[in-house]
Amino acid sequence: MQLHEKISAVCFFVNSSNSNQKVSVMKSTNKWKYLSMSLAAGFIAASSATAFAEPFKVAFVYLGPVKDGGWTQMHDTARQKLEKALGDKIKTTYVENVPETADSERVFRQLAADGNKLIFATSFGYMEPLQKVGKQFPKVMFEHVNGFKTGPNIVVYEPRFEEGFYLIGTIAGQMTKTNTLGFIGSFPIPSVMRNIDSMTLGALAVNPKVTTKPIWVNTWYDPGKERQAAETLVAQGADNVAQNTDSPASIQVAQEKGTYAFSIDADMSSFGPKGQLTGTTEDWSGYYIAETKKAMDGTWTGNRHTRWGLKEGMVVMAPLNPVIPPAAVKVFEDTKAKLISGDLKPFVGPISDNTGVQKVAAGTALTDTDPAFNGVNWYVKGIDGSVPK
Amino acid sequence: MNPLVPMFAATVVAATPLIYAALGETIVEKAGVLNLGIEGMMLIGAVSGFAATLATGSDTLGFIAAAGAGIAMSLAFGFLTLNLQTNQVATGLALTLFGLGLSAFVGYNLAGTPLPPLHSIYIPGLTSIPIIGDLFFHYDPMVYLSLVLYAAVQWFISRSHAGLTLRAIGESPAVAHAIGKSVLTTRYLAVMFGGACAGVAGAYLSLVQTPMWVEGMSAGKGWIALALVVFGTWKPGRVVLGAYLFGGVTQFQLFAQGFGLPIPTEFLSMLPYAATVVVLVIICRDPKTILLNQPASLGISFHAAA
Repeated sequence: MQLHEKISAVCFFVNSSNSNQKVSVMKSTNKWKYLSMSLAAGFIAASSATAFAEPFKVAFVYLGPVKDGGWTQMHDTARQKLEKALGDKIKTTYVENVPETADSERVFRQLAADGNKLIFATSFGYMEPLQKVGKQFPKVMFEHVNGFKTGPNIVVYEPRFEEGFYLIGTIAGQMTKTNTLGFIGSFPIPSVMRNIDSMTLGALAVNPKVTTKPIWVNTWYDPGKERQAAETLVAQGADNVAQNTDSPASIQVAQEKGTYAFSIDADMSSFGPKGQLTGTTEDWSGYYIAETKKAMDGTWTGNRHTRWGLKEGMVVMAPLNPVIPPAAVKVFEDTKAKLISGDLKPFVGPISDNTGVQKVAAGTALTDTDPAFNGVNWYVKGIDGSVPK
Repeated sequence: MNPLVPMFAATVVAATPLIYAALGETIVEKAGVLNLGIEGMMLIGAVSGFAATLATGSDTLGFIAAAGAGIAMSLAFGFLTLNLQTNQVATGLALTLFGLGLSAFVGYNLAGTPLPPLHSIYIPGLTSIPIIGDLFFHYDPMVYLSLVLYAAVQWFISRSHAGLTLRAIGESPAVAHAIGKSVLTTRYLAVMFGGACAGVAGAYLSLVQTPMWVEGMSAGKGWIALALVVFGTWKPGRVVLGAYLFGGVTQFQLFAQGFGLPIPTEFLSMLPYAATVVVLVIICRDPKTILLNQPASLGISFHAAA
């Protein structure tokens, strides 16, 4: 904020407080006016002294609590790394537990009005509120995770989750004894459908006999229900269960039943050191540091859609469980190296869905530049059942 | 193993916290008090039980701490509604919201800490019987205790003198007061019992079902318990039956998916609630059933005139 803006803001404060008191406490008006004037003077003096060394303000808006042990915690860890990397030059703030409603609009507006120059919105559902607030604060730079609407001052960033799930499939396909994998799905939306599909493709690449059983729980987060879903899958013969829901319940089930599970967002091995084989996690810090630097030196531009994966370090695999035999680890590492170098794409043709319709032609690959990528609503061959409609 | 055995077992585990919470609320409502704060008390119970077990290593102490925390919450409710005579519905809702926030605040540093699960019992001779052993003799002690609690509540309400007083106060506090019964004391004790049960129900979630603490982990089970009390027309036996039915339908929809039945998952998720509504409609076809069983003074504050 420029100095003259600050002064006008303070004047507004004086005026408004003045008029309020006219209504309520007439007698003390003069005293209060005097007090607020002196406060204002102090504020101006203090702010002009620091006007030249003011740090660049970056804000983060979180859907859950910072200690959720998953999605939000990973964002907050990255925020702390950002602060460490850029030190005094920046100042970060965060607001947690912000629902994906009109409430978030208020939070974004408040953060923008508070002088934050760069704001990271870390949940899909903030998309529409951001579009509104973005227009009202054209000078503030907004970053939105996993969305698809950009703007002159709004960009979208997204990890290549499908790479992580492909690698989960690589391990699960080799470790399964029953040739049955399980998948606990949240909602059958394209970004989740891609995960179950790429996991199955990764497993089929190492074990053609594999089938995947999905169970949809219609929630992102309900430990009790996730646990029941995991137990059901295990009871029906799935000895490797991956998930697209947020709690570590299925890791606990694997630990107790002697089966295997895969974490999402964070490393959840503390909930089941024997049960968790690996998992797909995110490291947002590289992106946050790069974007903040761009925003500070003026090279930040709008209307971008960035997707980072294993190569850029946004998708990171959780540590491999020592129970995985060296031969399987080698296949995993080779596959990972190919995904990083770009020699292998998770959705490489020919791929047909589980009703036999060809979805990706031989010799081509479905990648994120293809519009069909954002419309994946089919099960690949190898997944049991039909997609919930 | 027969796939129906784990389905049955999962049903029992899903129903147990509902049984504790709903039996507690049955007593509370029998005394004429409507406490909508079960969800909040469950969360407080879950976080206290988890913290106590983490600190002491004892599951028993965890459950005791959870019951104590539930009682503390219910005392706040009791003071407001029984002494200050605030609106019971509004106070109960406030208790739920308060519990949600307070448990998140208290449990801030506990999130993400694992806890070993409670071991299931082993009865020599019985547990090893094929199928029967897996079906009935393979649970954690709290499952069996919930059935003991059911028997105790059933006996208390229908056979004991104190239970008669409780019912009288729930039907007509003025009459009970006139013949020298202390409405305030009885209602306080009932509310405290409800709080203890809700606390234990919460601890069952954080110590047995998914041994961890996460914010809002009860995920609406307190409200289901509340519905079960009406569902069971304030009769403990039907309340317990309703809890198993609800747990069973929830579990069935997951199994149906795993078997690849072509039913939309949204429909299946709806099933437990739809079943509840259907049963409620069936019960209400005979208006006397509700009228005769619902405590007449439910939700109405009582102020002793003299």
